[in-house]
Amino acid sequence: MTHTIRLPTLFRLHAGGDASVTARGATVGEAFSDLGKRYPGLARQLLDPDGSVPVFVNVFLNDEDIRYLEGLDTPISEPSEITILPSVAGG
Amino acid sequence: MSDEHSSIHVPDRIHQVMVSHARHCYPEEACGLLAGDPDGRLTKAYPLTNLAQSSVNYVIDPAEHFGALRHAESKGWELVGVFHSHTHSPAYPSPTDVALAVEPDWLYVLVGMERMDSLSVRGYRIRDHRITEKTLSFDPTPRRNAT
Repeated sequence: MTHTIRLPTLFRLHAGGDASVTARGATVGEAFSDLGKRYPGLARQLLDPDGSVPVFVNVFLNDEDIRYLEGLDTPISEPSEITILPSVAGG
Repeated sequence: MSDEHSSIHVPDRIHQVMVSHARHCYPEEACGLLAGDPDGRLTKAYPLTNLAQSSVNYVIDPAEHFGALRHAESKGWELVGVFHSHTHSPAYPSPTDVALAVEPDWLYVLVGMERMDSLSVRGYRIRDHRITEKTLSFDPTPRRNAT
């Protein structure tokens, strides 16, 4: 099944400038892997070398933060929207 | 937020939210997000939680960030900026602000609290680690650029 991945401005340059892209997968992690096949630069922003989501990247499956679900193993049972939000921080 | 040369108008209600939130959160840094309409006008300030609970750092609660995004989109707006307070330093981006700036098109608004009787509100773009001040204009009230 195909999902819509919404990207923050800074990540769009890794996806041809598009604000959203599509990916297929039965979990969030599978969707990210599928994304990485077409946009390897984007995958490097979304996943650390150990395969985890960087702490400064927030991932929402529809309206829920995947940290409070099953992380990258969170199953996706229907075509969904995944929103990537960078942490907004400073000093 | 696209015109690089014109000033950005800050409606009084938005100015009030930013300044009030800065005072409310003091001595910790306050933070929040700004929404704008398709014509580039600022439409709303969202006062949000600083997860860092710090006088020298801020981290916006991601769940509240997402909530603000959803609300803005429901109104036909988009998130166009962030504001935060500097409790003991000028309204100018710190090295940490520059290092962590993630949205090159956003307006970064600083509320300087060095003088509690006259808070300073200034705006910037932060792109590629470069700071450019954006002129902010305020409603013609006694609260202009200060409280």
